[in-house]
Amino acid sequence: MKDEARMNARSRRSGNRQSLFNIFWSNLKRDRLALFGVILLLFFVFVGVFAESLAPHGPRDRHYDAEGTIRRLEQPSWQYPFGTTDVGRDIFSQVILGTRTALTVGFLAALLVTLVGSVIGIIAGYFGGWIDTVLMRIVDFFYAIPFIPFVIVLSAILQPSMWNIILAVSLLSWRTVARIVRSQVLSIAQRPYIKAARVAGAGHLRIMARYILPNVIPLVLLEMAFMVNWAIMAEASVAFLGFGDPRVTSWGQILHINFVSGYSRLAWWWTAPPGLAIVLLLLSIFFVARSLEAVVDPRLRKR
Amino acid sequence: MSEGPLIRVEKLTKYYPVRRRLRRLFDREQHYVRAVDDISLEIERGEILGLAGESGSGKTTTGEIIVRLQEATSGVIVLDGHPLEADTRADRKRFRREVQMIFQDPYETLNPRFNVFETIAEPLRIHGVRHKSEIARRVTECLEIAELKPAASYLHRFPHELSGGQRQRVAIARGIVLEPKVLIADEPVSMLDVSIRADILNLLKRLRRRMGLTMIYVSHDLATIKYLCDRIAVMYLGKIVEIGPADEVIAHPQHPYTRVLVSSVPVADPDYVREEVSVDDAPPDQINLPEGCRFTPRCPFAQSDCSGCDHRLLERRPKQFSACIYAESELKPRSIP
Repeated sequence: MKDEARMNARSRRSGNRQSLFNIFWSNLKRDRLALFGVILLLFFVFVGVFAESLAPHGPRDRHYDAEGTIRRLEQPSWQYPFGTTDVGRDIFSQVILGTRTALTVGFLAALLVTLVGSVIGIIAGYFGGWIDTVLMRIVDFFYAIPFIPFVIVLSAILQPSMWNIILAVSLLSWRTVARIVRSQVLSIAQRPYIKAARVAGAGHLRIMARYILPNVIPLVLLEMAFMVNWAIMAEASVAFLGFGDPRVTSWGQILHINFVSGYSRLAWWWTAPPGLAIVLLLLSIFFVARSLEAVVDPRLRKR
Repeated sequence: MSEGPLIRVEKLTKYYPVRRRLRRLFDREQHYVRAVDDISLEIERGEILGLAGESGSGKTTTGEIIVRLQEATSGVIVLDGHPLEADTRADRKRFRREVQMIFQDPYETLNPRFNVFETIAEPLRIHGVRHKSEIARRVTECLEIAELKPAASYLHRFPHELSGGQRQRVAIARGIVLEPKVLIADEPVSMLDVSIRADILNLLKRLRRRMGLTMIYVSHDLATIKYLCDRIAVMYLGKIVEIGPADEVIAHPQHPYTRVLVSSVPVADPDYVREEVSVDDAPPDQINLPEGCRFTPRCPFAQSDCSGCDHRLLERRPKQFSACIYAESELKPRSIP
């Protein structure tokens, strides 16, 4: 009886076999920054999902005052919380709609990247030999492509659109995930329980799906969080340089127009909100990722 | 079921190519580690054969080739009168039911993400057993054979909640759930506490009686081999140097290497005086092997004729074969120059 109680207590304490979510959750209670990150991220997701209902105006609507003149470069007010642009557009609405773009690009690209990256990483690490060599040389090739010129060329060949940015980000960042997953798989594939599975008659697909994948999923999740950040940053840079989709409002694009208009030094209310939004979103995801990292690597867990 | 030995291994070799280093760039010759070099064995039905030898002797490789975790470089393995090369895909699947393996490290042999039930049910599922009640019945049955009772209290535990001995029992239950004919045990007790070793060895003995299992027990530990096995094959650098009935080989070792091994086994009797055969313990070079007998550089009895040794196994005592070109009585300690 006593033994059983002790056994149960031990199994409750021995963290790394618990569900990832539970560990993450108990981590949140102790790690204030992670909690802050989660709350902030949830806020951004909320804004992103309901962007259209939350934004008081259309992003391209021009606003006029009672006399019929354009409300150019107005300072923040109750009516226009973040002020207006040089052609009388509401910055607050633009920033809210930009949230959706940032999140869409971030999560879709990260999903695509981790999917492709982990499939290739698992195949390379599991089979080894020439398959590994070929796949890793392809990875090396993609490491050699500089990002910004690649996006510029890609948007010149294709249409400049949000989807092409997602494509470009994915094309150039699956390599990192593939490499990290491969190195993890290399060590897992040598474990005796993989041999035991082969002796039992398990095929390659079964071993990869049932034995290897579950053991790399925590790592993949963590990598995905970092990839979301990277994709958002990449989208913002590309849009800021003016290679974004002109029809889709994004934070980078707001900054681009702000810069091109020449008012970036005068109109702080135009520069600051999209800039701060980018920083805050990246920070929130970073804090969440950091906490995930502690879940994946028990050595980082606070005692 | 055909007559004759259950497993016949003929001229089995396994060479691993050695990666060339820069300084070998101009060396045209490809070097190999001859992990298993032309060995032949027969194992009778219901027999337990011990494969002994130090690390690097090729004993684990031999076991893994027989269970088909590795491909042999050349050689023939005949299981129950059926040569394995002729296999189709379906044959391979059937082979997996017939030959199972237990591994050394009880902490790494179980998938940390499977609980006991899933671990043992997995081979059944792979081989197409679909009925839940059938799976549950066989898993419980095997746990009880492996002496994890009551089985129900173990089903939902994860490997990290079990002790080393319990894990090895789960691994054994997994090994027998497909009702194999052959079980290959690779150092199954070497990482367990001494106090549990005997229990596991007794369990293996009972398994043979109960299921008619034929076993290959791979170990460096002559004491456990003597306890469990009917016959011993002693391996040294990829060659079988001696093979024969376990008790005979340990009581009357014929090959100098076996004598060294036997003399290194501790005896729990402080007054016991025995022949001491010393050997210089420099690790053997596995790539540049000496001509003839591979034990020559370390052998206390080596003569100049040893370089002409062809590794043929000679019957020195009834059913006991040694690859040494000298009979035991002819062995004289090397004169110190």
